[in-house]
Amino acid sequence: MLKNRIIPCLDVKNGRTVKGVNFVDLRDAGDPVALAKAYDEQGADELCFLDITATNEGRGSMLDVIERTADQCFMPVTVGGGVRSPDDMVTLLSAGADKCGVNSAAVADPDLVKACSLKVGAQAVVVAIDARREGDSWGVFTHGGKKSSGRDAIEFAKLVETKGAGEILLTSMDRDGTKSGYDIELLKRITEAVSIPVIASGGAGHVDHLAPAILEGGASAVLAASIFHFGEASIADARHALNEAGAFVRPLAD
Amino acid sequence: MKTLALIDYGSGNIRSASRALAEAAKLAEIDLQIDITSNPDVIERADCIFLPGVGHYADCMNGLLKREGLHDALTQAVIAKGTPFMGICVGMQLLASIGLEDGDTLGLNWIPGTVKRITPEPSSLAIPHMGWNEIQNLNHPILSDLGENPHLYFTHSYVFETDDSQQSVAHFNYGGDFTAAVARNNIFGTQFHPEKSQKIGQKLLANFLKWKP
Repeated sequence: MLKNRIIPCLDVKNGRTVKGVNFVDLRDAGDPVALAKAYDEQGADELCFLDITATNEGRGSMLDVIERTADQCFMPVTVGGGVRSPDDMVTLLSAGADKCGVNSAAVADPDLVKACSLKVGAQAVVVAIDARREGDSWGVFTHGGKKSSGRDAIEFAKLVETKGAGEILLTSMDRDGTKSGYDIELLKRITEAVSIPVIASGGAGHVDHLAPAILEGGASAVLAASIFHFGEASIADARHALNEAGAFVRPLAD
Repeated sequence: MKTLALIDYGSGNIRSASRALAEAAKLAEIDLQIDITSNPDVIERADCIFLPGVGHYADCMNGLLKREGLHDALTQAVIAKGTPFMGICVGMQLLASIGLEDGDTLGLNWIPGTVKRITPEPSSLAIPHMGWNEIQNLNHPILSDLGENPHLYFTHSYVFETDDSQQSVAHFNYGGDFTAAVARNNIFGTQFHPEKSQKIGQKLLANFLKWKP
């Protein structure tokens, strides 16, 4: 049986890990490579780096972070943030990433997803969707959740699937940083609409929040940041909570 | 000193494969020299050969055929000379007779079979098959000592259907029973990514480095 995945996410700015509450008010949670290694040893199933650097200098330090991580961690690594072209993906993959996330640029031009998928394969293309509730539906937001795109999240998820996305990283902007749990309704609507795997993101504040994303929301993986970085919960706590709830994760090798 | 030719043909995460093989060599207590190469001379001299691969079947096969003398050198080393060979993901799928991803593409035809889209039942199961799954019915020395049903990391939408079921030496279940590893004589391949499968993956790679087919 395919197991559910636990994915710690490291927001990186200028080579340092940060995690914001609603993407503002950043806190420093340390060296990304050291954290990556710790998660690898704890048995995280994958790792996600989100590069929130805006400058070119900062981008260079991200490549260095990816290279050093790939040298020390033998687990799948997804890197997102600032991807604008298939060549950007090739650069990240060459540095040692296994999958690349694309967000704002794909919202502006969904055909970019197709171009990326043709270049690096669907399995390496993760479309990150930042969704915020607008009345009875959810809208797609960009630029760190600040800008409304006018697109409907469910329609956009279906669209990127047809363009060759391999996976969707779905972040609830309403929940992100609130620690009040994932937006299960949003997850459910998206996972029912597409047949590619969906990663739940935004709102995990306790290990008990993880299982409902999978069992009720239909997610294939749960992504969380702060609860792991600040030692509020370990990967082992998360694994235990998921197994107890019947959302099984892999047993760890000796 | 043992030499390994890690085939660089424009596909696959060479860096990850190289690092994981270096770790596996330590585990196997083997003094290993890894040559990242598409040079026919280096390949024909190598003690073992490793073929990574991600992305599209046709792109990978074309990348391999495009490099001067690479196909011939691989055939000479693996088929004529019997050099131990391992392929991963699309590098394993290329062993088939034909791949059906976005049209028909002829493969190496070293292990007769077809690479076709995975069709799980119920069809609501997500594709790609992505994440950690257990492998079963293990029937190969490289898969020994990994525990009963070890979990390995998969990410793919296509699967290898061997003509001879004996050449499918490990299976995974995902709404059906599919091939996780193939083997014939000195040739071995995995659908999953041992280089991304933490300790269990390194153990498997160490088994490959120690393998005497």
